[in-house]
Amino acid sequence: MLRTLAVFAAAVLVEGAAAKSVELRNVSYDPTRVFYLEFNAAFAAHWKAKTGDDVVVKQSHGGSGKQARAVIDGLAADVVTLALAGDIDALHEHAQLLPADWQKRLPQNASPYTSTIVLLVRKGNPKAIKDWDDLIKPGVAVITPNPKTSGGARWNYLAAWEYARRKTGSDSGARTFVAALFKNVPVLDSGARGATTTFVQRGIGDVFISWENEAFLALKEFGADKFEIVVPSLSILAEPPVAVVDKVAKKKGTTAVAQAYLEYLYTDAGQDIAGRNYYRPRSPQAAAKYAAQFPQINLFTIDEAFGGWAKVHKTHFADGGVFDQIYSR
Amino acid sequence: MNATASTSRRILPGFGLSLGFTLTYLGLIVLLPLSAAFLKTAGLTWDEFWTTITAPRVLASYRLSFGASLAAGALNAFFGLLVAWVLVRYPFPGRKLVNALVDLPFALPTAVAGIALTAVYAENGWLGGLLRPLGVKVAFNELGVLVALTFIGLPFVVRTLQPVLEELEPELEEAAATLGASRWQTLRRVIFPELLPPLLTGFALAFARALGEYGSVVFISGNMPMRTEITPLLIITKLEQYDYRGATALAVVMLVASFALLLLINTLQKWSDWRTRS
Repeated sequence: MLRTLAVFAAAVLVEGAAAKSVELRNVSYDPTRVFYLEFNAAFAAHWKAKTGDDVVVKQSHGGSGKQARAVIDGLAADVVTLALAGDIDALHEHAQLLPADWQKRLPQNASPYTSTIVLLVRKGNPKAIKDWDDLIKPGVAVITPNPKTSGGARWNYLAAWEYARRKTGSDSGARTFVAALFKNVPVLDSGARGATTTFVQRGIGDVFISWENEAFLALKEFGADKFEIVVPSLSILAEPPVAVVDKVAKKKGTTAVAQAYLEYLYTDAGQDIAGRNYYRPRSPQAAAKYAAQFPQINLFTIDEAFGGWAKVHKTHFADGGVFDQIYSR
Repeated sequence: MNATASTSRRILPGFGLSLGFTLTYLGLIVLLPLSAAFLKTAGLTWDEFWTTITAPRVLASYRLSFGASLAAGALNAFFGLLVAWVLVRYPFPGRKLVNALVDLPFALPTAVAGIALTAVYAENGWLGGLLRPLGVKVAFNELGVLVALTFIGLPFVVRTLQPVLEELEPELEEAAATLGASRWQTLRRVIFPELLPPLLTGFALAFARALGEYGSVVFISGNMPMRTEITPLLIITKLEQYDYRGATALAVVMLVASFALLLLINTLQKWSDWRTRS
């Protein structure tokens, strides 16, 4: 027994001298589970080949806002890969874990892949849903989570808002439209996962407003014979951002690996994995490769239409904001 | 010197030590986190605090949370008594199994309970499908909240009543019968007074449990603002917006209100206990 222990210890020592073993923690949101599983393996192989060190990436998934709060409260995340910039802003605002300009440190708003919001309907599209307009018709039940508790649902709300604003030409028109839309919502789940269950398993609702990658996953998991994706004429460019959490990485001495990890998302290999997992890649080559998969949609960004997350949050989702007003009447 | 003399006169030794332990333990486990909630709230001015805890949506959620919890506690008090009575008084095949079933709501993760209940009571579920033609909507309605809260509260009533019922000898009833009491009189004058104190305790426990419940309710309630939002959901909503102070403000209101209610129930129980004894 003692001898085995000694041999084991020696083996560990030798190993330790030859290659370091590094551990990274990536705190992410719900739908990225499969994507990062694949990406982490690819990055570990790449890092091993480059430096000889072993990297083990620990993943953590959950609602985006909840994950951000866990990091603020002390969950030691080397990197965060969340659903919206507002949640990473919170890491700066509430705990100074990274600088305010974190989104400028990596290309393309620190969002290596994008997605958008589409409409998932039941097979055969029995209610003939073609665009956002159809969601406010009487008798159409719409499933979307509560934008106050779900990051994903904020994209849904904003996509509908901007569509109506362009159509009616005014904010008040948009407000009437969104109010009508939420009149058609029978259940407000607290998160995207719960809403998917309501629509897919419970069979409630005619349309499910969903992230494009989640819609593809639903098709893959539950069968293309049950659901169809309807692409609206206008939607929002969802940019799920990534960032190194400076304070944590510095303390753990992992800044270099963490940085390399995120940069690897922008390489051909990283972009290809993103495309395969239904995220829209940024690089032209990968985008071309997966062009058939992603329909052409007229997309707008949060910054163009609303002037950034901070403003959006204050006007629409803060207590007493437009969303609360819609429900208080 | 005088003080030690008075403690050493107690029949049971070790009072000082065990009380010290009790207070330290309660302080660490219960009071410390609670005082943290109060401290966080202290960051709000009185006006902000008041606006937060009296917003229309919040008021609507108190009505649902306290109303549904009280109703669920009452339902459980009635049916829990029935279940406990049957389990103690009548031997029947499969009694052990039924007895074990009662504890399931304790053991089940509440989110699982919520998902299971929703699956059963949704319009495409077994029971929901049967109820729909009758115009009764359970899932995604106030009724769903009541169902979930009743489900999780049942074991509290049954488990508090069972030991008391087991102690209650059938001879008491026989004696009452030989003295000429009718069945109804026996129930009302002999059995019920004995059962009232544990029934109140069971009710209080079921009520308190229901008030703090979050996991199962969010799945079945539909979370519609002003209608089916429970107060714990609003607390989570505030946290989701990094409004820690607002969240703890609501928590403080719930704490104070439930403490007052529990104190009231305990007093009632003491009083009924005292009435039985005298």
